Amino acid sequence: MLHETSATAVAIFAAFVLGVLWLSFFLGRKGQSASGYYAAHGQIHWFVNGIAFAGDYLSAASFLGICGMIAFTGYDGFLYSIGFLAGWIVALFVIAEPIKALGKFTFADALDARFQSRGIKLAVAISTLVVSIFYLIPQMVGAGSLIKPLLGLPHEVGVILVGVTVTLIVVTAGMVSTTWVQFIKGSLLVFFCGVLTILILGRGLAENTGSLAPQTLTVRPDGTRLVDGKPQERGHDLRPVGTIRALPERYGSRRETGALGPLAYLATLEDSRIVTWAAKKRVDAEGTHTVFTPTERSGADLLKPGGSFKGLTTGNLADRLDFASLMLALFCGTASLPHILIRYYTVKDGEAARRSTVVGIAAIGMFYVLTLYLGLGAMTSGALDPTDTNMAAPLLAKTFSNTLFAIISAIAFTTVLGTVSGLIMAGSGAVAHDLVENVLGIPMTDHEKVRCGKIAAVALGIVAMALGILFRNFNVSFLVGWAFNIAASANLPALVMLLFWPRTTKQGIIAAVTVGMVASLAWILLSADTFEKVYGLSREASVVPFSQPGLVTIPLGFFVLMVVSLLTARPAEHRA
Amino acid sequence: MHPPRDGRGPADPPAERRVGLILFWLYVLLYGGFMALVLVRPDLLSVRPFGGVNLAIAYGMGLIASAFLLAVVYMVLRSGR
Repeated sequence: MLHETSATAVAIFAAFVLGVLWLSFFLGRKGQSASGYYAAHGQIHWFVNGIAFAGDYLSAASFLGICGMIAFTGYDGFLYSIGFLAGWIVALFVIAEPIKALGKFTFADALDARFQSRGIKLAVAISTLVVSIFYLIPQMVGAGSLIKPLLGLPHEVGVILVGVTVTLIVVTAGMVSTTWVQFIKGSLLVFFCGVLTILILGRGLAENTGSLAPQTLTVRPDGTRLVDGKPQERGHDLRPVGTIRALPERYGSRRETGALGPLAYLATLEDSRIVTWAAKKRVDAEGTHTVFTPTERSGADLLKPGGSFKGLTTGNLADRLDFASLMLALFCGTASLPHILIRYYTVKDGEAARRSTVVGIAAIGMFYVLTLYLGLGAMTSGALDPTDTNMAAPLLAKTFSNTLFAIISAIAFTTVLGTVSGLIMAGSGAVAHDLVENVLGIPMTDHEKVRCGKIAAVALGIVAMALGILFRNFNVSFLVGWAFNIAASANLPALVMLLFWPRTTKQGIIAAVTVGMVASLAWILLSADTFEKVYGLSREASVVPFSQPGLVTIPLGFFVLMVVSLLTARPAEHRA
Repeated sequence: MHPPRDGRGPADPPAERRVGLILFWLYVLLYGGFMALVLVRPDLLSVRPFGGVNLAIAYGMGLIASAFLLAVVYMVLRSGR
């Protein structure tokens, strides 16, 4: 769809971005030592760190991806919310305090605290980079999606704008500025999503009996676009979608419910008839044709699992295993994400680590409850862009006012900034501290460590921009699922066994990280989803039974660690 | 949990950590129960026992709320020791 650019939107957006950059330069003076750059001197207050956890964690996938998935397919998007939050239980009860006690700057510090092994540092640094890059892709894609309707600029410009801004944030003050950007972003995101939810409930639900004729978008080989056979332009564009066809019978002839409470909103939606739109692609000599067709469904159908994860309703075993695998990866992945783990080094002790996790869970949990209302609000707003699931939340805001649209879009953009800056921090620490200093053994002064980290941050920023452009057509939640799978498979077995199994050896850790990472990555590259969406091949040509690897590769990591540790343990350790 | 050989390591003695592990397994039961329902008896999730809201939403919201409650319980128990 073509979106109009408003001056207010541009002004609010510019104010957000400039404000964030000003903060980074202001704080830049505080992050000049290695301890300041990588860990904010360990002096961040636990409450600030807790909200920064939310800012770090609530990424484009959480905000744009989940809302979009709920808006287009119903309840299944909320399953991501449930899984994402559940992962924090592992972080709080199992990982938080030991990680704080064991490490200094990076996740590799913690895993290597017992052994002082270059092999562990190398394996963990590579795994940190792989996970960070996989997590960066959806953030950058989200940025590109946002910039189109907000500023009227192409996807590529949004990606480059985020890349340059984030690189500046990280390079100026490292973890200090990153923390404050995430704190501000986390606070604003939860607050304004709360405001938007109140507005949704205040407006209630309304019938819309607009046209349900299918729509076709054709993209010709030369890039020109046609809507239903005629050139796409203002006045002849795709119609926005997402409507209620009929309210429950108890409303009689009324076409609007008026304000509803949180429970009544959900109950009324369940009893309503809702129109959702699905897209189907066809390619021929004329170009790529995407046909959008409406389906009228009961609210009860949309508010139960199975809208997106088809195996839950068809009973197909492989599809069910795919779903179980994803939910396992979400549960295990959070506590294995390097950019989350390094946030434990920014507080002073284990007590502060624990408290900040509880604050993080409160803010993140609140947000995930709101995602259900935002997604359902978008589903029935009549404002959805059928070509872009990631734009559901900002377009929902636009139905209330252009100013709110601008604020929500700017916050979404800041959401991307906060998460990407955390990921680039984790990646730059892995390169400078783990690879250059500890693996290659190149001695560096404090100043050189910071400079090396900044150079690594710039390089990662460039990689992130390239990937954001390459993967532009993916739903961001879907992409984040991959990152969680790799993180959980590569990092969690080593971390948990190091803490709870005395026979763990350094060879066991190296093997578990390497096998977990390679196996999950290979599985993803050979999966049906990748065959279809990345290579453009038939799903049937894939060689693995389901797309999400966690169900196989997480246990594989534990198994490999135990076998290798037992094989490499010294005799004295066996008797201990 | 075992003590690291170089003296650096988890600051909490096993008894303190046990509290966290008990709460962790409690949540695993809740989460596992939900996953089992979704995978094995998805039809039960359409039942509407809570003010017209179905079990799928109620259980999902409950999981989010219980994560927060368990986190607070943990913080209180650990602070009291």
